[in-house]
Amino acid sequence: MNPPTDSRVPRSPEGHCDGFSRAQAIRRVLASGKPPIAREWDPRMPVPAGAGIDRRRFLAGVLGGAMTVYGAGRLGLTNRMLGDGIAHAAAIQPADSPILVSLFMQGGLDGLSLLAPAGDPLYRQLRPTLAVAAGSGAPFRADPSLTWHPSAASFAQLHNAGKVAVFPGIGYTSPDMSHFTSRHYWEVGATEASLLTGWMGRYLDVVGEATNPFQGLSMDGQINPTLATAKNPTAAIDQPNNFAVWLNGVWGNAAEWALDSAAALGDAQRRSRDPAIAQVAGAASEVGIVRRTLQPFQTTNGNPGAPSGTAANPGAAYGSSVTYPAASTGDLPARLAGLAAMIAAGVPLRCVALTTDTQFDTHSGQQTTFDAGVKLVADSLAAFQADLEARGVDGRVLVHVWSEFGRRAEENGSNGTDHGAAGASLLVGSRVNAGMIGEFAPLNQLDANGNQQENVDFRGVYCSLLEQWFGQDAAAVIPNAASLPRYQLLA
Amino acid sequence: MPLLDPSPIPVYHGNFAEDEATRLLWRAGFGPRPGDAERLARLGMEGAVASLTRPGGVARLIGAAPHDEHGNPLDPINTWGDDHCWWLDRMVRSNRQLVERMTLVWHSWFATSEEASSARLMIKQNWMMRRHALGNFHKLLLDVTVDPAMLLWLNGTTNYKGSPNENYAREMLELFTLGADRGYDQDDVHQNARALTGWTNDWNEGQGPVNFRFEPKLHDDGIKWIFGHRGHFNWRDSCRLAVTHPDHPSFLVRKLWGYFVGADIPPSAARALQRAYVHSGYEVRPLIEAILRHPLFYEGPRLVTPPVVWTAGLLRASRQTITTTSWAWIASLTGQVLFQPPNVSGWNYAQWLDTSRWAGRLEAVDVALQNHVLKGKTYPYGLTENTKEAYQHAIEFWGGRPLSDTARHNLLALGRRVAFGQNQTWEQVTFRQLRQNAFRNLIPMTPDWMTA
Repeated sequence: MNPPTDSRVPRSPEGHCDGFSRAQAIRRVLASGKPPIAREWDPRMPVPAGAGIDRRRFLAGVLGGAMTVYGAGRLGLTNRMLGDGIAHAAAIQPADSPILVSLFMQGGLDGLSLLAPAGDPLYRQLRPTLAVAAGSGAPFRADPSLTWHPSAASFAQLHNAGKVAVFPGIGYTSPDMSHFTSRHYWEVGATEASLLTGWMGRYLDVVGEATNPFQGLSMDGQINPTLATAKNPTAAIDQPNNFAVWLNGVWGNAAEWALDSAAALGDAQRRSRDPAIAQVAGAASEVGIVRRTLQPFQTTNGNPGAPSGTAANPGAAYGSSVTYPAASTGDLPARLAGLAAMIAAGVPLRCVALTTDTQFDTHSGQQTTFDAGVKLVADSLAAFQADLEARGVDGRVLVHVWSEFGRRAEENGSNGTDHGAAGASLLVGSRVNAGMIGEFAPLNQLDANGNQQENVDFRGVYCSLLEQWFGQDAAAVIPNAASLPRYQLLA
Repeated sequence: MPLLDPSPIPVYHGNFAEDEATRLLWRAGFGPRPGDAERLARLGMEGAVASLTRPGGVARLIGAAPHDEHGNPLDPINTWGDDHCWWLDRMVRSNRQLVERMTLVWHSWFATSEEASSARLMIKQNWMMRRHALGNFHKLLLDVTVDPAMLLWLNGTTNYKGSPNENYAREMLELFTLGADRGYDQDDVHQNARALTGWTNDWNEGQGPVNFRFEPKLHDDGIKWIFGHRGHFNWRDSCRLAVTHPDHPSFLVRKLWGYFVGADIPPSAARALQRAYVHSGYEVRPLIEAILRHPLFYEGPRLVTPPVVWTAGLLRASRQTITTTSWAWIASLTGQVLFQPPNVSGWNYAQWLDTSRWAGRLEAVDVALQNHVLKGKTYPYGLTENTKEAYQHAIEFWGGRPLSDTARHNLLALGRRVAFGQNQTWEQVTFRQLRQNAFRNLIPMTPDWMTA
C-alpha cells in the first residue's frame, strides 16, 4: 500500500501559525499502511520468533481475557510468556490506582466559541462572522447565559450526565500570548520559563518507580513535555498495537537476545555523565520494557506498525464494545481506544498525555478547523468514557482537557482570531464535580489587549488534581503551591 | 597564508585526529564516508574547517542519482514524500556538506511547513535558504519575510491594513531575531504587523497559490512606533529594525552556537562573537568558522545526532545512495520529516530520543539493511570467523568507526551467546549470518553511533 497522495493537492492555507504536529505526521503514515519491506526467510531456519512479519502473526484475544497465539507452539511461546510483560507490569501497582489523562488541544482553543454568550449583543459585535447563533447548540446547564457550540454536543450530553466539569475562564495572571511560552507554562505547571520538568513528570519523580516507564505514557509518538521527569523513566508510543521493534535478518532466540542486548547496553549507559549518551541509552533501556509489555497488543495483519482497526470503527483493534468516531484528521479515537484497552489490561499507568491532531490556532478560516476539531475531540472522549464504563474501569480515570490560551475576543479580518488569554478547560470522568468551576469571563471586562481575564488559575487546578485525585501533597510538585487557590474537582 | 581569519574567540589547540575529524563531520555535515575522517585529520583543524566553510571547486553531487524502489526518478513536487528524499539525497551526496547542514539549520530556525503551502513552494524556499547558507543574516531575513511558503505559513498575505494579523510579526521577534520577551512588547508586535502589511497572492485552480507580490495600496502606510522608533515603516524596515535591535546579536549567537556545541557558550566568547557579527554587517560564516574552532566544540559533551543527519550518515557510512522512498515515512517515525517541522519553533534539538523514536530509528536501520543482510547458503566471511572478527566485519560495514569499550563488550557478549553451542554442520552458515546481521542492526543503534 502506498503512502497517501492527497497531501500534495494545493489547498487553501488554513491559517496555522504552528502547523501540524509531528505526531500527526506519524499517525498519518501509520494509518496509511507502510509500504511492506520484502523479507525472505531461510527455510532451514527455525520459524522466525524474534522479528519480522511472520513473527507478528499473533492473535491477541480480547485484551484482559485469555490470549491466543497463532502458531504459538511452533514459535516456542506460550500465552503465559506473552502475558508476562503485562503480568509483571501489573504487579507494580494496585489494580485500582488512579490514572490522570492529559489531553492537549493544541494551538489555543477559542473558549468563546466552545461556550458562547450567544445572547450577548457585545459578543455579536465582537464576532460579526464567527458568533455562535443563539439556540444553535445545547444550553449550558450550569450557566444558562451560555450555549455549547453545536460541535460540542457530546460534551453537553456528558455534562448533563454529570461527567464533565467546566472551567470557562481559566488562565493565569500576566498572560503570555506566545504559544511556546504559554504552552510551556501549562506543561511545567508554573509561569517559569526555565523549568525543564513537566508538572506530571515531577509528580512521577515523587511517587514513581525507577523500573516502570508506563507510569508516564505519551501517546503522541514522542515524549509529551508535561511528562518530562528528572529521574524516573517514561515511555512514548503512538498506539499500543503499533509499537514495533524488530531486526532485519535476525530471528529466533538471536533476535530476542539482540533486543535484550540493546536494552542492556541502555541500562549500562543511562546514567552516563554525558547527557547525549544518557538520552539515547535511556530510550534503549525503556524500549526493552515497553516492547515486552505491549507484545500482546500487536495486531495480526502481518504488517507490523499498522493498526488493524478500521477507519469506521477504530476501537475494533482493541476489542472495544463501543463505537469510536471515525477520524477525519489523525487518529485520536484509535489512540483513546488503545488507552482504554491498556487500562483494562492492567498496564501500570499513572499519567498519560495526548495531543490533538487538530491545531486550534485559528488565525483565519476559524469555523472549518474549529467545528471539525471540537466535534472529533468531544465525540472521541464520549466514546472513551463509555468504553471505560463498559470495561468497568471508569472510576480510575480522569481526563483533563486544556489549551495554552483562549483567543482574542474581537475577531480579526481573516475570519479568525488572534492569540488571547483566558480560555476554557474541562475535566471528564465518572467522579468529577460536574458543574462550572469559576465563571464566564465577562466581555465588558477585557484586559488591555482585548482578551478575557482569568478567574481560575490552572496551577491551582493542578494542585487540586494532585491532592484530590492522587492524594499527593501539591507542595512537592507545584512551585508556590501554598499560595495557589484550590477548587473542588471531584463529586 | 592562513586558511581562515583569526578567530575572535579561543581556538582549540589539542590533538586533531580521526576522532576530532569525525565529530566535525557529524556536526558540520552528515557524517563521514569511509576514509573521510582520516583525510580530514591530515588537513589539521584549520584546514579541515576551511574545507567545510570555504570549499573549492564546483558544487556537485557525488554518486548515483536517487530513485525509488522501481528505479523511477524522484518527483519531489508531485509525489508524497519525494521532497524529503530529494533533500536527503543532497545530504548524502553533496560535496558541500556544511552548506546542506546550514540549510537545515535555517529550515529549523525559520521553521515553515508545507502543510500551509506545497512542496513546490517549500523547495523554492529551500533553494533560497541554501543560497544564504553561510551568508548574511539580514539578507536571509529579508528573503524569508517575503518567501511565499512563509507568507502562507504565518499569514503574511492575510495580514490586512486596518485589521492586522500578528502571526508573522510575533514569531519574527520571538523566534527568529530577538527571543521571547526580549526587548519588545505586545504593542511592538502589533505595530510590526502593521509594517508588514501589503503582501498578497492570487489563487489558481491548478497551481494553488501564485503571484505573490507587494501592493502599495494594501499596505498600511501610517506612522508606526516599533522599539521606540517612529516612522512610516514597511516590511524592509521591519527586518532592519529587528536585526539592528540591541538584543538581536546575543540571540543569534547563542542560538547558532547551540546547533553545534553541547556546552553553553562562555559569556566572554558570546560577547566577542556578537561584536564580530555586528562589525561584519551580520555575516554568518565568520561565526561558524569561530565556533567550529572553539575548544568546547572538540572537548565539550556529545550531542545527539538529529534523525535526518543520522539517517544520511547511515547511507554515507555504508556507501549507499537513495534507492527507496521508504525514507519518507521512516523520517516521521524517527522524528524529523523535512519540510514538516513540528511547529514554527522548529525541532527540539534537546530531546531527539524516546521509546517511540528509538524504535523508529531501528526501522531506519532496517531499511538501510534492506539489501545488506546476509542470507542464503553461503557466508562471505568464511566459516572460521570468530565473534571478534565478525564484530570487526560489521564495524567495517558501517564505515570502520570504532565504538566505546562498553558498546563493544556488549556486542561481543551477544555474539558469543549467538555462537554458543552451534556445533552442527548445518548451523555453521546460519548462526554466522544471524550474528553478523545482529551486529549490523545494533551498531548504529548504540549511544556512541547516535551521538557525536
